[in-house]
Amino acid sequence: MEQAGQAPPRILRMGLSGILVQFSDRLDGPANRRSLDFGARLAAALPEGVEEVAPSLGGVYLRLDPLRADHGAIEARLRGLVDGEASDAVASARRWTIPAVFGGTSGPDLDAVAAAVDLGAKEALADLVTQSLRVMAIGFAPGLPYMGILPERWDIPRKAGLTPKVPQGGIVVAVRQAIIFPTDTPTGWWHVGQTGFRGFRPGAAEPFLLRPGDEVRLRPVGQEELRALNARDPEGGGALVEAVLA
Amino acid sequence: MSRGLEILSAGPQVTVEDEGRTGYLAFGLARGGAADTLALAEGAALLGQGPGLAALEMAGFGGTFAVTEPLRIALTGAPMRAALDGAPLVWNASHLVLPGQRLSIGAVEAGVYGYLSLGGGIATEPVLGSRSVHLTAGLGRCVAAGDRLPIGPDGGAGVGLRLAAGGHAGGGVVRVLPTAQTSMFSPEDRARFEATVFRREAAGNRQGVRLAGGAPFATSGQRSLLSEIVEPGDIQMTGEGVPYVLLAECQTMGGYPRIASVVPDDLPIVAQAAPGDMLRFRFVTLEEAVADHRARRPGGKLRVATRRLLRDPREMADLLSYQLISGVTDGGGEE
Repeated sequence: MEQAGQAPPRILRMGLSGILVQFSDRLDGPANRRSLDFGARLAAALPEGVEEVAPSLGGVYLRLDPLRADHGAIEARLRGLVDGEASDAVASARRWTIPAVFGGTSGPDLDAVAAAVDLGAKEALADLVTQSLRVMAIGFAPGLPYMGILPERWDIPRKAGLTPKVPQGGIVVAVRQAIIFPTDTPTGWWHVGQTGFRGFRPGAAEPFLLRPGDEVRLRPVGQEELRALNARDPEGGGALVEAVLA
Repeated sequence: MSRGLEILSAGPQVTVEDEGRTGYLAFGLARGGAADTLALAEGAALLGQGPGLAALEMAGFGGTFAVTEPLRIALTGAPMRAALDGAPLVWNASHLVLPGQRLSIGAVEAGVYGYLSLGGGIATEPVLGSRSVHLTAGLGRCVAAGDRLPIGPDGGAGVGLRLAAGGHAGGGVVRVLPTAQTSMFSPEDRARFEATVFRREAAGNRQGVRLAGGAPFATSGQRSLLSEIVEPGDIQMTGEGVPYVLLAECQTMGGYPRIASVVPDDLPIVAQAAPGDMLRFRFVTLEEAVADHRARRPGGKLRVATRRLLRDPREMADLLSYQLISGVTDGGGEE
C-alpha cells in the first residue's frame, strides 16, 4: 500500500481498474508535456488489457479491463516505457485566439484578482492577455481546458467560498492556471472574463474543441463587439484557430 | 404505429440510461450511464437480452406509462410501488404490458434508483456512442409527460421471471481498494475509516454522495494536491474531511485526496444507499477483488440468477402473500 514511496515517475494502482503513471505531483510544465507525450504514445499502441488512456496535468491514467488485464505485466511494461524514453516535446501545433470581455458583470472578480497579483486592474488584465496559454489537460467537465502555466505572481489560491454559477464561456483563474468553462459551472476559481466560446458541442462532428498542447490567446474586446461576434458565430464566439509549426 | 413507450406522467428525475460512454476520459466526460449498473444488468437478464440496451432510470419516483404494442418489461433496482391497471406488480420481476393498460410506478420504498427495462430496449438516438442522458454534461434531458420513447425490436420472448436474490438497497458493507493517495492517510486513520459506520447524508445525486460519521479525516498536504483523473467509486476526502463517494456522473478530475476506491461490483450498494442508510468500508486486496470480479462473470458476462415468478410450487408462499395484498394474482406468467 506504500505506493507513494517510489521516486518519480511513479506507477500507482488506483482501485480495481486504474493505474496512474505520475511524472509529478506538483504543477510543472516539463512534467505536463512528458505526460501528454507519454499518453499519446500509449494511446497509439495500447498495452494488452488497457481500455483507455487519459493524460492529465502531471501524469497519465490507464483504465484496464479487469477481466483480461494482468496488473503486474502492465506495470512492468510501463516501467520499461517510462525509463526508456523521455520526451517533453509539444505534440500539438494549433493556436487559438479567443475574444473575451473582462471585468464588470462579465468578470466580477477581476478587481480582487488584480489586488491579489499586486497590480491595477488594467495591468493585471494586460499581463493575462499577453500570456501565451497552453492547454495542459482537458478534464473535470467535457471540453474544459486547464491552461497555464501563468507567472509566479498568479499563484493565487481559490476563493474561500463557492460561486454557485459561472456561466458557460466564463474565464476563471487560480493557482497559476486559467479555465474557460464549457457549461455553467459552480466554482471556487475567480471569474475574470467572459467568452462566447463553447468548448463542448455534443452534436458536432468534433464535439471537443480544444486539445492538450493547444496554445490559447485571449483577445480583449468590448461588450458590443463580443455580442456581434456571438451573433455571427453562436458556438465559437469569434474564436479563430490556426495551425502553427511546433 | 411503431413500438413505443408513452410517458403519461414522470417523477422529477426519470432518465434514459445504458452502460454509459467510455473512451472520453481524456476529454473530460465521465462514463455516466446507470447509477446502479447491477440493476440494469438484472433487468436485461429478466428479459433475456444483452446488458447494453437502454432502460429508464427513476430517481425516487417513477411515473405512469402506456404502450403502443405489447411490451415486455422488467422492474429492478430500488423497489417502488408498481401496478398495472391498479393491480400490484412484483418488483425484481418481468411482466407483460398491453396497449390500453396503464403502468404506474410510484415512490421508492427503499434505495434510490428504480429501473424500468423494456424488451428490445429504448431506441433513442445515441450521442457519442451511448443513449445515456448525462445531466451534468448537458447531454439529453429528463423524460416528461407527453414524451414517447421509441423501443427497439424485441428479440426475446416470455415474462414471469424474478430475481433469485432480491436487491441491494439499504446500505451495508462495501469493499474498497487502495488508490494513489491512500498512503497519504495515516495507518490509524485508515483503520478508523474501516471501523467507522458512515451514514449517507441528504446531499447526493448521480455525481456522488456525501457521507457523515466519525471525526474528520485529513492528510498532510491536502490543499496543495495536483488535480488528477478521478473515476466513479473514488472516495474523496473533502476540505472538511468527510467522505464523498463519486458515482457515474462524477467530474473526471479532482484535487481532493482519495482514501480508497470502491470495488465496482459494490458501487451499486453505495448508489442505492438512501439518506440515513449506513455504509461501512472494508479494504480487500486487488487479487481478491479481481478474482471475485471474474467469478461473477463466467464467460465474460455477469451472471444473474432468475426463477419463475409463478407456477413453481416452491414459490407458493410468495404467491399467496401477493394475493393477500392485492386480491389479484399477477398474470404475467402467461404469454
